[in-house]
Amino acid sequence: MVLRSSGIAVMVLKVFFPSCCATAESGLLIGRWIPEQNSAVVLAVVHFPFIPGQVKQYLSEVQRVTQINMCVLGSWSNSKQEKEEVLDKFLEDLSTIFSHEPWIQLSKERDSKFWSCCIFQKYPSSPKEDEFILVYYDQRKVMLSQLHPTDNLTTSADHKGNDASKLGAVFDTVAKSKVLFMTDRYDDGPIKLTHWQSEGVEASIIVELMKQASVPVCMLLTFLLSLVSSVCKSRVLKFWPLSFIWSKLSTCEQLGHRMEHLQIISSNRKAQNQTQLMRKANIFVSLLIDMALGILLMSWLYRENRIGQLADTLIPVADHIAKELQDLLQWLMGVPAGLKMNRALDQVLGRFFLYHIHLWISYIHLMSPFIEMILWYVGLSACLGLTVALSILSDIIALLTFHIYCFYVYGARLYCLKIYGLSSLWRLFRGKKWNVLRQRVDSCSYDLDQLFIGTLLFTILLFLLPTTALYYLVFTLLRLLVVVVQGLIHLLVDLIDSLPLYSVILRLCRSYRLAGWWRMLPTMLLSSACCQSVSMYCLAGSS
Amino acid sequence: MEEGVYRAVSGGRIALQRRQYSASCREFSVRCPRLQLRSLSAATCSVWLAAYGLFVLSQNSMVLSAAIFITLIGLIVYLHFVKIDQESLLVIGSLGIQMTSSYASGKENTTFIEMSQVKDVVINEAIYMQKVIYYLCILLQDPREPHGVSEVVPLFQSSKPRLDCLVEVYRSCQEILEQRKT
Repeated sequence: MVLRSSGIAVMVLKVFFPSCCATAESGLLIGRWIPEQNSAVVLAVVHFPFIPGQVKQYLSEVQRVTQINMCVLGSWSNSKQEKEEVLDKFLEDLSTIFSHEPWIQLSKERDSKFWSCCIFQKYPSSPKEDEFILVYYDQRKVMLSQLHPTDNLTTSADHKGNDASKLGAVFDTVAKSKVLFMTDRYDDGPIKLTHWQSEGVEASIIVELMKQASVPVCMLLTFLLSLVSSVCKSRVLKFWPLSFIWSKLSTCEQLGHRMEHLQIISSNRKAQNQTQLMRKANIFVSLLIDMALGILLMSWLYRENRIGQLADTLIPVADHIAKELQDLLQWLMGVPAGLKMNRALDQVLGRFFLYHIHLWISYIHLMSPFIEMILWYVGLSACLGLTVALSILSDIIALLTFHIYCFYVYGARLYCLKIYGLSSLWRLFRGKKWNVLRQRVDSCSYDLDQLFIGTLLFTILLFLLPTTALYYLVFTLLRLLVVVVQGLIHLLVDLIDSLPLYSVILRLCRSYRLAGWWRMLPTMLLSSACCQSVSMYCLAGSS
Repeated sequence: MEEGVYRAVSGGRIALQRRQYSASCREFSVRCPRLQLRSLSAATCSVWLAAYGLFVLSQNSMVLSAAIFITLIGLIVYLHFVKIDQESLLVIGSLGIQMTSSYASGKENTTFIEMSQVKDVVINEAIYMQKVIYYLCILLQDPREPHGVSEVVPLFQSSKPRLDCLVEVYRSCQEILEQRKT
């Protein structure tokens, strides 16, 4: 075989044939012809007897619905005996009725493994080699594999046939022709088709029932959500102290989040593309798991009076924390870690903080009779989901350690003022000044009394620095501890919110629905023909 | 179908099988050196000796059962995830190139690259410790830049054949790749 050089890449003719049609009766091959890649994708086989006019009409209807260029590609014959002359003539006549270029004629003897393929071209445009490739594909898996388009596919729409994924077009064709797969040869129509559904249409009662039930449920959900959101948006809740509190509480944030999710799921519009569908499915699974875990938590919590036990341990724990803080302050007021503090400032700060703790403990003791009831009602909200329960826990921790937060704020303010003052007076020491207009340090000549007072203040602040710095350090560390605990809880909540469980489970169980195209083809049947006989090689594998 | 015996980089014997299905379709399979009985027994003996030593020290018989467990699980994991029995390369002109690795437990791992993405198949050299080794790799084309190489996919990574074997495979592949550019 000599290949003539013609300056363009010679593309071998490729025929993609579904494995389910290998045992089909004789008939016509219908599918799509992709001229840029010289490949024919066979989607189904139309059986004899048929009326050519009706076949053409059916094809044009399907083409209108699926936007794919469907046509009759050739003929398929699966007969018991050797090729007959009459059959040959009949098949050639077919090629004149449904003119398609090139006309593919596949035939197979019933009990043999050998196929025979012929390609007829009326007007051969370039001298082609008489080799072609037959690819055997599993129609169901190809149809179900949802392709995720890569960036270069979606951006370069004009190079669709050429350098973008060729095999992507094949997958696309099969996936879009779902309408074709709805009728098969057992139906009482003029057209009798064989494709992957001919073994029996796949359906599941549970899925169908859920589909029917989902419409009224969605409408009910939308109505309820609109009610709730209108209540939330009312002016009553927007006054200043309340809105500040709502913004600080993580429970409200989490509830708002979940309402958004519910709105996405219960919206009436269908998902436009694959990413939106996966997002909806992930949100749905996450909500389900959340509620299940929340109900589990509730059932555990409300058994054996655990709420009462919790409430009973809460007050002693708060007392214990307060006592520890008091011990810490006594330690700071003495000689902490061998450092020598300024006695007067030390005593002032220490007594100030001790008084705060005393106030806090009194408030907690005031609330103690109501704690159990509050906890009981708050625990009911765990049925909304584990994330809500965790957010409430985080808020409770924040409220219980409010005094630590206050101490941190006081310590930080004092320290900040001190550092500010020190830096400004240090500049004065060196004869410089901060120019606010130019945002830089300029030299400045001070008067004598300014310098005197400035130096005095500087010395005072400098020698008081260790005390303030130590208080600041201690309370910052405490606050950090509380923030870390709250941060971990929020991390867990975010994890439950955003983990795409549906995708993960789909990948584990039905990986062909998610596979990228290049992993979908370990099962390939290939053969090349010299117009007479074909030998088949099947590479078995699973996706 | 032709078969030849060559050597791997490490010195073990490997076998190369070449099949030509048609003018534009060829398959090359390289069979790696098998799992040696002596290395298997050496590993097992060392694990069990260590376990027995621990048992003598601690007098706890759980150590022995744990050692048996570890050996079994380790062997299964090794056969299923680590030991590659055969690597094959299937080149189909105008469709693509498919690489398959089959593990000792029967698992098969396949990767398929479309022909439009393949720029060329070349033999590269790499410096590994004190050696210079040759490996066959596929250069993938960057769709945005026709003269650039977006990725290099090395072939036969577990069997690591030497240059003479690689040259055979390279020549056959180039014959097929030339056809698409005629």
